[in-house]
Amino acid sequence: MQKTVFLGTLAAAVGTAGFALADAHEGSTLAQVQERGSLNCGVTTGVPGFAEPDADGVWQGFDVAVCRAVAAAVLGDPNAVTFVPTTGKTRFTALASGEIDMLARNTTWTFSRDTDLSFDFVGVNYYDGQGFMVPADLGVSSATELDGATVCIQTGTTTELNLADFFRVNGMSYEPVPIETGAEAVQQYLAGACDVYTTDRSALAAQRAGFEDPDASVILPEVVSKEPLGPLVRHGDNEWGDIVRWTLNALISAEELGITQGNVEEMAASAGDNPEINRILGTEGDLAAMVGLEADAFKNAIAAVGNYGEVFDTNIGESTAIGLARGLNAQYTDGGLIYSPPFR
Amino acid sequence: MGIRGATPMATTTEQAPDAGGGFRLSQLWYDTRYRSYTFQLIALVLLILAFAWLINNAFNNPVLQEAGISFEFLGAPAGYDINQQPIPYTSQDTHLRATVIGAINTLIVAFLACVTATVFGVIAGVLRLSKNWIVSKLMAVYVEMFRNIPVLIWILIIFTVAANVFPAMADFRIPRDGSDPTRTPVLGMFAFTNQGVFIPRLTFDGQGWLFLAIFAASVLGVFGWRRYARNELYSKGREVPVWWPSLLILFVPVIVAQFALGQPVGLENPEMGRFRFDGGFLLRPSLIALWFALSIYTGAFIAENVRAGILAVSKGQTEAAAALGLRPGRIMSLVVLPQALRVIIPPLISQYLNITKNTSLAIAVGYMDLTGTLGGITLNQTGRALECILLLMAFYLSFSLAISAIMNVYNRSVALKER
Amino acid sequence: MSDAHAHSVAFVRESEIPPAPPPARETGAVKWMRENLFSGVFNTIMTVLALIVVVYLLSGVIPWIVNGTWEGGDIRECRAILMGNGGGCFAVIAERWPQLLFGFEYPADLRWRPTVAFLLLFVAVPPALFPMYLPRWSLALTGLYPFVAFWLIWGGSILKPLVALAGVALGYAAYKVVEKRGFVLALAVGVVAAAIAWWLLGTVAGEFPRVLRLEAVESRNLGGFMLNMILGVVCVSLSLPLGIVLALGRQSRLPFIKYACVIFIEFVRGVPLITLLFVANVVLAFFLPPESNLDLIVRVVIMITMFSAAYIAEVIRGGLAALPRGQYEAADSLGLDYAQAMRLIILPQALKISIPGIVNVAVGLFKDTTLVSVISMFDLVGMIRGPILSSTDWAGVYWELWAFACVLFFVVCYGISQYSQWLERQLATDHR
Repeated sequence: MQKTVFLGTLAAAVGTAGFALADAHEGSTLAQVQERGSLNCGVTTGVPGFAEPDADGVWQGFDVAVCRAVAAAVLGDPNAVTFVPTTGKTRFTALASGEIDMLARNTTWTFSRDTDLSFDFVGVNYYDGQGFMVPADLGVSSATELDGATVCIQTGTTTELNLADFFRVNGMSYEPVPIETGAEAVQQYLAGACDVYTTDRSALAAQRAGFEDPDASVILPEVVSKEPLGPLVRHGDNEWGDIVRWTLNALISAEELGITQGNVEEMAASAGDNPEINRILGTEGDLAAMVGLEADAFKNAIAAVGNYGEVFDTNIGESTAIGLARGLNAQYTDGGLIYSPPFR
Repeated sequence: MGIRGATPMATTTEQAPDAGGGFRLSQLWYDTRYRSYTFQLIALVLLILAFAWLINNAFNNPVLQEAGISFEFLGAPAGYDINQQPIPYTSQDTHLRATVIGAINTLIVAFLACVTATVFGVIAGVLRLSKNWIVSKLMAVYVEMFRNIPVLIWILIIFTVAANVFPAMADFRIPRDGSDPTRTPVLGMFAFTNQGVFIPRLTFDGQGWLFLAIFAASVLGVFGWRRYARNELYSKGREVPVWWPSLLILFVPVIVAQFALGQPVGLENPEMGRFRFDGGFLLRPSLIALWFALSIYTGAFIAENVRAGILAVSKGQTEAAAALGLRPGRIMSLVVLPQALRVIIPPLISQYLNITKNTSLAIAVGYMDLTGTLGGITLNQTGRALECILLLMAFYLSFSLAISAIMNVYNRSVALKER
Repeated sequence: MSDAHAHSVAFVRESEIPPAPPPARETGAVKWMRENLFSGVFNTIMTVLALIVVVYLLSGVIPWIVNGTWEGGDIRECRAILMGNGGGCFAVIAERWPQLLFGFEYPADLRWRPTVAFLLLFVAVPPALFPMYLPRWSLALTGLYPFVAFWLIWGGSILKPLVALAGVALGYAAYKVVEKRGFVLALAVGVVAAAIAWWLLGTVAGEFPRVLRLEAVESRNLGGFMLNMILGVVCVSLSLPLGIVLALGRQSRLPFIKYACVIFIEFVRGVPLITLLFVANVVLAFFLPPESNLDLIVRVVIMITMFSAAYIAEVIRGGLAALPRGQYEAADSLGLDYAQAMRLIILPQALKISIPGIVNVAVGLFKDTTLVSVISMFDLVGMIRGPILSSTDWAGVYWELWAFACVLFFVVCYGISQYSQWLERQLATDHR
């Protein structure tokens, strides 16, 4: 008798629990962001020039500008961004679990990240390649002379895999020293606990610029990998992916078409001669509405951070301490790879 | 907290079943016979609902829906290199092999730290009870200082020392102009550098196995001799020397074998290469930091356990032993310590478990233990967070449970000897 | 001959001579040293070795502290001031102490708020720690503290903590009203009452977000030693009730509840805290609805609380097991039901026995809060490893920073453990 009662109610309990499973929730990322009133954007914990809080705790940098542009396009306010610092370990899970809406964090576009991890890379905002930095007095002029060296790497990055491939293909051995953050890797390198520091060449240049004696270190000429870095979003919410992709493209097209932070308001005041400019700025057609945004969304994005070239120059360009040349990241018209599909 | 009955002795107020009245719904609450089922049922429902909610959320997560849960990544090539390889490994081996290496590295550092922590702990614990004022105070300072500062800070401090205070590797390199390096290894064998400590390595050539077999036989021989000596003492009352024959048995055959077999065992000293020492054995700064920090930190806790254990042996035991004419050293080893061990060993084992769990802090200094390979690089590279962390927890959990099981067996065996 | 001698004595002492002082080597410092430091060859060797160690340590540390400088804006200026005299460059602490204590993102002009919250801790904690010396009403201060501290540290309208407080108060009142009808029922009514109060008042308070408003600070902007303190205090206070429930559950006769508790406790105790923090960091979000958007700090608090609750449960289980069986039987024979027996007879005694163990767990937990630096939170250790040591200004000033961290942790942990030992003596009522 007791047992029957017990089992009966147990069955009832399981049944009740089953109902809980039935309801699933819905909600697009765009709707969530608009409801929340701010964009959750994943960035690094600090790479000079790309994403770093300044003295007032305000995030600045090349990747940060992408976040601000998207916030300006979606919410009309470039400051409506909550920056979430992520490490190599946490970045993908933060995005996958919905903690952040997009990731703009020196992340290399690779096959498996795009497919197996179920993310969508919306484009490339910086074409990079992996390089090596060594102390000048080590007397090394090429990465092929590094057989037997001790190498500091930031774990959880593609650089770790490229490094293994590079040394294996060249039949060399090395001693890997895995380190969690770039900052600590630099400390180890400066202390001499490793002979070589390897990461993306842009980051190497940025770190080297901050050294007490930048000339004591040299960046070796070899570029051992392709590192197309770009913002990414969750796979499956294509509308949201479109918004981020075309915000980035708007910045790129703006440079190509000569729209700058300075003249964007003026150009947007009335429709001009160039139909593509008009379409981007919302004075002609309704492109922005096709992705569910206000007509002046892209204008707001450009007004907030400037065009691609301006973002590059103010954060990492040759006039800054980081001093990177445009190189591959010049517009295709100047012999680079930066190329936006047409706004039509 | 609505739970009925706490102890085996708690008595239930048994009520006579209603005479033919059958089952009423209110009995579920007011009748103690049924109330326990009601409570368990409520708890069960709540628990199932909670789990259902959690799992439901996971099912609805867009990324988990897309990627699913799969352990196939363990069979894929890992692609990254590991510096400390107890078993051969290349970047083309699988994630599974990298995981196994991580597990072995965890056990290596855990074992080393357990041994040295015990040594530190026993020394500090005994010395803290010393009559020598300055020694006991020094030990008290050691224990309090290490117990009250987080182990992560100790690990990082020692890691910083290893990277910054040890001489730079550059000083050992042969300068490009061919002149003598600023520093050379101590005795030509030990090099303390900021890239790790290089020590000589034992090498065995062709007949090395024979040498090892002879050595093993000698060790057995020593045990045999001690047994023989004790038998002689107990049965015939004849005292047979133990120490110098043991030493003879242990070393003479080995030395003879070394020369007779043409020196099968050699020392390989570290030799300077282009960037660092080749040959020899490398203790990496990460291993040193983890090993040493865990040893001194846990040693402070073990010292307290040892002290408590010794104090738990009643003074009468020491006095009785002294009355029998035993010398202080023998009182300690024959009377006090055996009794103290019964008190010391259970907390000691739990300290060993703590060491094993604390080795997971390896990730702070880049030591390639299980947290560094499976929970670190593999997780980062494959993005399979859920699977990796499940495996990681399963490893630590099964290890802890295995030790606890052994511990229970030991406790039972100790308990049996008591009255 | 002897007779002659007796008569030939010229002097006979007629008064007692005053006792001579003991020989110099049997008194004072000399005797103490001989007995305590040089009583044998071995002991002498130990003394000399210990003295060498002490002298070596002091010869390094004293010049480092005495010659140290608190001036200088970065490491180069600092080194210039020191001119290689072996002193420490404490200027880094002088310049960066706000970051070390509050994290680098807590607004500078608001730092007085956590400071006040910290000072109030000294008002709020004694009533709980020294109940025998302070009047009973002072416990109300302890009860109020969480709400005040929350308001001070996180800011926002005061209505939020007030609503929380009102909910708790109403729940308690409801519990008191129904208490006579059984503990479980009263507890249920109390919880429901509190929930309704929170819902109703929360809706009302939501309409007035500007009442007595302090500038709000986001959780992710908390950092430094403050973060360690917050995590330690919050997690210990939360895990205590949870630990009691788990310990009682593990002792329960109801098999389902018992095994659920056993599995939970053994699971949590079997894995390292760092894996639980990984769960908080990268896995937990999968199991929560995406729109819930729990802060990392909240997820970490959940996991650390679970962790310490399991350990506290084991300590309390030890206390429960140590009680003589007669206490349980006495409670039963008085006709008390389970809840009454536990609340009035068993738990007060069991908790008293367990206090030293609980304090040990608390100290261990407080030290373990440094582990959050591994999951990229900027607590004290995270601040030192990250923003400060990697800044070009202070790269290479590690001894001073780690010493600062060591001193902070040592003061807190040693203080707590001394308190626990004092308490142990106070509570030793068994006259052994």
